[in-house]
Amino acid sequence: MKNINIVFAGLGGQGVLRASDITAEAAFLTGFDVKKAEVHGMSQRGGSVSSDVRFGAGIKSPMIPAGTADFLVLLDASQKEPNALSCHAGTVIIDPGVIKIEDLPNPKGLNVALLGYLSTKLPEIPEENWQKALENNFPEKLRESNVTAFQVGRQAAGK
Amino acid sequence: MDSTKKLLNGDEAIAHAARVAGVNLGIGYPGTPSTEILETFSSLGGYAQWAPNEKVAAEVAIGAALAGGKAVVTMKHVGMNVAADPFFTAAYTGVKGSLVICAADDPGMASSQNEQDSRRYAVAAGLPMLEPADSQQCYDYFILATELSKRFGTPVILRLTTRVCHSKTIVSIGQFSEPGTPSYTKDAKSHVMVPAFARLAHVRLRKRLHDMEEWNVKEGPCTFLGSESAKQGVIATGISAMHAAEALPEARIMQPGMTYPLPMDKIKAFVESHEDNLVVEEGDPIVVETLLAAGMKVRGKKEAFRYGELNVARVKKLAAEDVTPDPAPAPGKPPQLCPGCPHRLTFQALHDLGCTVCGDIGCYTLGVLPPYEAMDTCVCMGASIGAALGMREVLPAEQAKKIVSVIGDSTFMHSGLTGLVDMVYNRPPHGHVVILLDNSTTAMTGLQEHPGTGRRLDHTETVRVDPAAVAKAIGVRVEEVDPLAMKDTLKDFIQEQLDKKDVCMIIMKRSCLLALKHLKDREKAQAEEKKN
Repeated sequence: MKNINIVFAGLGGQGVLRASDITAEAAFLTGFDVKKAEVHGMSQRGGSVSSDVRFGAGIKSPMIPAGTADFLVLLDASQKEPNALSCHAGTVIIDPGVIKIEDLPNPKGLNVALLGYLSTKLPEIPEENWQKALENNFPEKLRESNVTAFQVGRQAAGK
Repeated sequence: MDSTKKLLNGDEAIAHAARVAGVNLGIGYPGTPSTEILETFSSLGGYAQWAPNEKVAAEVAIGAALAGGKAVVTMKHVGMNVAADPFFTAAYTGVKGSLVICAADDPGMASSQNEQDSRRYAVAAGLPMLEPADSQQCYDYFILATELSKRFGTPVILRLTTRVCHSKTIVSIGQFSEPGTPSYTKDAKSHVMVPAFARLAHVRLRKRLHDMEEWNVKEGPCTFLGSESAKQGVIATGISAMHAAEALPEARIMQPGMTYPLPMDKIKAFVESHEDNLVVEEGDPIVVETLLAAGMKVRGKKEAFRYGELNVARVKKLAAEDVTPDPAPAPGKPPQLCPGCPHRLTFQALHDLGCTVCGDIGCYTLGVLPPYEAMDTCVCMGASIGAALGMREVLPAEQAKKIVSVIGDSTFMHSGLTGLVDMVYNRPPHGHVVILLDNSTTAMTGLQEHPGTGRRLDHTETVRVDPAAVAKAIGVRVEEVDPLAMKDTLKDFIQEQLDKKDVCMIIMKRSCLLALKHLKDREKAQAEEKKN
C-alpha cells in the first residue's frame, strides 16, 4: 500500500496532539510502521499547533513533505491556510463544521469526533483499533464521552 | 532478552533506555525539547531530580559518576553553555561509573532564543558524541553511550534535536533492571585537577579519543540506507539521514551513529566507492569541514541551509544546490499569554509606565508582543538583572531611572541569585528594581517544579527555598504583593518603588492557573488514594 499522510491542525488547547497520538496508536496497533512529528513548546500558549502522522509499510522522515498530505484534519477552520503548503489538489480536507457541536456530550470532544469522521475514510485501520487507542489515551472517567464523540463523528460521515 | 514494541518519542525512548540500563540518577533543568526525558524516567520508577540549573545538574551527575554510579544529565542546547565549565574538566577527570549528557538542540528555534549547534562542545571539550535519528536509535544509543562511558571512562554526549525528541516512532524495549549500589575508590590523581595532574589527564584524554575513533571505525554504530550500487553517496547525521533517505531514493546513505570522533577510515572507504559524495547535516557545517580537512572529496551545503530545520524538500534542494527561498506558509496564530495569566497585569502596568524592561526566559517573554510591548531585552537565563544593571550604569539619569528587570521564579532560582548579589555589591547610582513574576512553577516548559515551589520533580514535598528570604539576606528590600489584589494601583506601586532609588525586589506572587489546576488534580487524586 501507499503510505498515508495526515496533518492535524488547530490551536493550542484544542487537542491536536491528542488526536494525532490516538491516530498514530491506532495505526501502530494495526501493525503499520508509524511516525508522528510535531513541535511542543511555544505552541501550547494558544497559538497554531499542527502534527503530522504518517503510516504504511515503511516510513522514513517523520515530517510530511510539502504537497503530500492525504488528509488535513482541521480542529479550527482558521488553520486551513497556514497548512495549505502540506496539501495538493486531491487532499481530503476535514473541516470542523462536519461535526455538530450540540451532538457531543462535551464540546471538548471535537477532536475525537473528527477522528470518528476520519476513521470512516481509513478502511486500513479496523474500528476496534481506534477503540483501543481511545481507551489508552483517556483516563477512565473521560472514556465514555469520548467513545460517544467518536461515534458522533462516524455518524456524521454516514456510518 | 524479551522485548516489547512501543510507539515513543525520542525523550520517552531515552527514559526507557535509562531504566533498562539501570541508571542510578537522572538530573537536569527543564528545557524544550529535553524536558520529557526525566519526567518519563521518573514516571517509569527511575530516580530523577530537577536541579536549580544545568551547571549544578552537571556537577551532581559528575559526582554520581565519579562515585561509580550510572548517571544521566539532561538539558536543552543553551543549558550546555551553563554547564560547559564542569563538562570541559569532566573530560579530563573521566568517570568511574557512567555519565550520559543528553543535549537537545533546537534547529529552527521552535522554542529557543538561538539555534546554536551543540556538537561544537563535543569537539571543544573532547567528549565523544552519539547522534540518533529516531526513537529506536535514541534507545539503542543511550544504552551504548552508557556502556562506552564505563568502558572508556568518559562522559558521553547524546546529541538530540527537536524533531528527534518530539517525533514518535516504534521502539523495541528490553526489560528494566534496578540500579546497582556503587562503591567509592579514592583516585585523587584522576579526580583532582591541579595542574600537575591535569597535564597528565589532558594527554590521557587525547589518547582516549584516538582509541574511541579506532573503536568507532571497527565496531561503531553505522546505518546504511538505499541501494549499494548507487553512484551518489550521502553522509548524513541524525534525523537528516531520514530526510535524505526519502529525498534522495537513488542515493546510498551512510549515517554514522557516533559523530565525534568520526569513523574517518570508514567514511573514507565509503567516499571512495561513490562518484559524488554529499554531506547532509543540520546546523553548522561540522562533519563536512572535518572530512574536507582530511582531504576527502565531499561537498557540503550552501550557506542557506545552515539556518532552520532540514526536511525532505529542503534536502532535495540542498542536494541540487538550489538556494531559491523556501515557500513561506501563511502565518498561523502566534502564541500569547494565557487569558487570566497574572503576568498580564504587570506587563500592562509596565507598558503604562513606559518602563524600559530587561526581560528573561519564560512564558513572560511573550510580554514583548502587543498589546503590552513591554520588553526591551531578552538574552539568556538571568540576564534581566545583569543587563539592566549595565544599562543603568551607562545611561543618563532620566533614562536609567525607568529601567526594571523582569524575571520568573524558576529563572530566578536558575541564574538570578548572582545578579542580585551584583545589584547590591555594585549598586547603580539610582538603585534598581527587579520584578519577580512568581507564578510558582516553571510554566513555559510544561509546569515543572523548582526549588521555589517546595516540591521535587515527582511533586513530593521538600523544603521550599523562599526567594524573599534569600533576597533580604543578600541585602535587597523586598515587597511581596498579589498583582490581582493590587489591580489599578499596581502602576503607582511600581513607580513608588522606582522612586525610592534603593535596591528592591517586588515579588508579584500569583499562581499560574494551569499549575493550580494540576496541583488541585493531584491533591484530589491523593485524597482518593487515601480513602481507598
